[in-house]
Amino acid sequence: MSVHAEAIEEGHGTGSLGVPNLKLAMWAFLGSECMFFGSLIGTYFFYHDHSLAGPLPKDVFSIGITSISTFLLLMSSLTMALGVDAMRRGKALRSRNFVWGTALLGLTFVGFQVFEFHHFVTEKGLTLATSLFGSSFYVMTGFHGAHVTVGVIWLSIVGWMIHKGHFGQEKAINVEVSGLYWHFVDIVWIVIFTFVYLLEFAK
Amino acid sequence: MASIADFARAPAPTYHMARPPKTGLMDWLTTVDHKKIGILYGLSGLFYLLVGGLEALLFRIQLAVPDNDFLTGEQFNGLVTMHATTMVFLAVMPIIAAISNYFIPLMIGARDVAFPRMNAFSFWTFLFGSLLLNSSFLFGGAPNAGWFGYAPLTGSQYSGSGIDFWWTGLAMLAISSMVAGVNFIVTILNMRAPGMTLMRMPVLVWMILVIQFLLAFSFPPITVGLILLGFDRTFGTVFYQVSMGGDPQLWQHLFWLFGHPEVYVLILPSMGIVSEILPVFTRRPLFGHHAVIFSGVAIGFMGFGVWGHHMFTVGMGPIADAAFASTTAIVGIPTGVKIFNWLGTLWGGKITFPTAMLFAVSFIPMFTIGGLSGVMHSSPPIDLQQHNSYFVVAHFHYVLVGGALQGLFAGVYFYLPKITGKLLSEKLGKVHFWVFLAGMNLTFFPQHFLGNHGMPRRIYTYPADAGWNTDNMLGTIGVILMATATLVMVYNILTSWKKGKPAGNDPWDASTLEWMTTSPPPVHNFDFTPVVLSERPLWDHKRTPGFEIPVPETSESIHMPSNSWRPMLISVCILLIMVGLLTHLWPLCIVAALGIVAGVYLWVTEPA
Repeated sequence: MSVHAEAIEEGHGTGSLGVPNLKLAMWAFLGSECMFFGSLIGTYFFYHDHSLAGPLPKDVFSIGITSISTFLLLMSSLTMALGVDAMRRGKALRSRNFVWGTALLGLTFVGFQVFEFHHFVTEKGLTLATSLFGSSFYVMTGFHGAHVTVGVIWLSIVGWMIHKGHFGQEKAINVEVSGLYWHFVDIVWIVIFTFVYLLEFAK
Repeated sequence: MASIADFARAPAPTYHMARPPKTGLMDWLTTVDHKKIGILYGLSGLFYLLVGGLEALLFRIQLAVPDNDFLTGEQFNGLVTMHATTMVFLAVMPIIAAISNYFIPLMIGARDVAFPRMNAFSFWTFLFGSLLLNSSFLFGGAPNAGWFGYAPLTGSQYSGSGIDFWWTGLAMLAISSMVAGVNFIVTILNMRAPGMTLMRMPVLVWMILVIQFLLAFSFPPITVGLILLGFDRTFGTVFYQVSMGGDPQLWQHLFWLFGHPEVYVLILPSMGIVSEILPVFTRRPLFGHHAVIFSGVAIGFMGFGVWGHHMFTVGMGPIADAAFASTTAIVGIPTGVKIFNWLGTLWGGKITFPTAMLFAVSFIPMFTIGGLSGVMHSSPPIDLQQHNSYFVVAHFHYVLVGGALQGLFAGVYFYLPKITGKLLSEKLGKVHFWVFLAGMNLTFFPQHFLGNHGMPRRIYTYPADAGWNTDNMLGTIGVILMATATLVMVYNILTSWKKGKPAGNDPWDASTLEWMTTSPPPVHNFDFTPVVLSERPLWDHKRTPGFEIPVPETSESIHMPSNSWRPMLISVCILLIMVGLLTHLWPLCIVAALGIVAGVYLWVTEPA
């Protein structure tokens, strides 16, 4: 089969650059996502200390609780990497377990975020409409949470496809690409946790 | 000596799909063929070009004479906003998408794009977004805050439901463009025929590659800006609420961080088309081929560092002003390199002037006029005088009409014979060219003087004693000429499609791969895998004595992707989410979101 007849199979070939189409597409998409989250995080800092009404970040953030959810999300990157590695070596069931484990950790993170939002709204009186802080915080972290949720759904489907025997070693690229997305979402959170949460308490 | 006729005589191989191909309307609705999607983009773009032109015609009638009451101020604002939004997003960008879709795989010797279904998804999302945007005319009035939608004018206390249609429609176009950008980046980088190294790619392919990066990386900022606007209008956030400390500059930064790269998205493909056409009709290679490519890359790269020149009057401070002034002036250098190279290509060539060449040659001075007034704007003190005046209108119309649109017209006359297999009428083409050129200059050249005589943009009428009467009347006459010329082109396209002279594979004796296959090309594009040994593969084949023809791949049937209705299903779900946001019908949003999840599952499990 010629180079491009093969590469046309919806991204499973390796094309002119020697990289599978699907992987190249994911990198390009993640580049685009960098601009997306860059704009959201930029908006947050553009409005940092510009709020005319409280509560302020220091009044609402609980570093202890958020550290736990951050730790869980970081660990999910480890399980994701193990899942990708298992699939590359052809250990499908092991891979499925790690992929589903990753989705579970991600789901727990989303659960923490729902709890955090609920706590902020009901206990601290911070809503979307309270202040520039409320608007920019909820929209930024909300879109990150939405990305984690999409990742959870995606990984659940990937795990299901492995479970059903649709993804074997020859389709390890499908697991790897979902892993790329997952690590990216994780990295965005590292940026948000460091600069939005931790730096508030650095002074 | 190998001649092109040999390729046509080679026994045609067969192709197969996983499912039986559909026919008729169902085929067009579910197609994943890049050529058919290209035609769909082209027809949509042509339709919206006429719509945007009609909008311009209406407000030019209003401006023809002073103190006119043909339109109300409200209607005028709506038409101006929709004219710009339509021309930028729904006319020029889709026509570029049409050319990219149809010709990129042919030019790089591929069977299709990297992700054919994603390509169909991009088209349907674009189409539904454009219909949503335009449906505002039927439901409560068009958006009327200008195409740049400055906050806080777009806030719910100042603007009606038109803005809701505007932000939801544009958000869909942003999704479409981002997905298309990713798809074409992969296609161009990864689907090239054997021997087609990056530096052997046609300049048009290079320029399309650059704009795909611009699309993928510049649309997210406006997407975020639109999301913030949508949250303000729908969920009560305070991003652009000045009373809550919101800063209108936030929107301006997000918008122009997209908006200026967008200008290069509109112009670079036309520069690519001109770079393809000039060598063919001068019978010589493009002068400084690599310099033209690198200057295009440089323009795209610098495009991300100049957005502040739209905001000199905002008061960003002397350091930001100085930085943006210098980056803006520097963009003139790679642009100048290109103009120099085009002149170098023409110099000493055996020039012929079919319509495509007329448009391509006229592109150079018309674009240069717009480029020069653009360099003037890079100086903040001068910009402060010209800002918001008709001088700026003259500037960007020379770039976008004299530049982008004329380049695309050149592309229509040059490339359409490959799509239809029929030549366009040269006689009508020349009528189109001369009437359009006259109309364009009649409208936009006097606007330089109008601006310098103090006429501001976006006023719906003006007093008789302001000294603007003659120039405005000339502008309206010019628009009538441009509209007439465009209708001549549409007539030309339709009649030639039906009964034009057969074009043959290679009507222009061109040098690139797309002219090596039949007109129109077969579903699988090429009966053989083209092998590329230079920047001008077809001239190699035609002019090198004893050149070996690649062995046609007749032994195996070529696998082509099947029709699929999944792309449209997901696009419809996205449309329903937007409708839910517009009407505050939250259950609809949730159902549609679940529909997307189901659609994606069906997508990934569909056999290719």
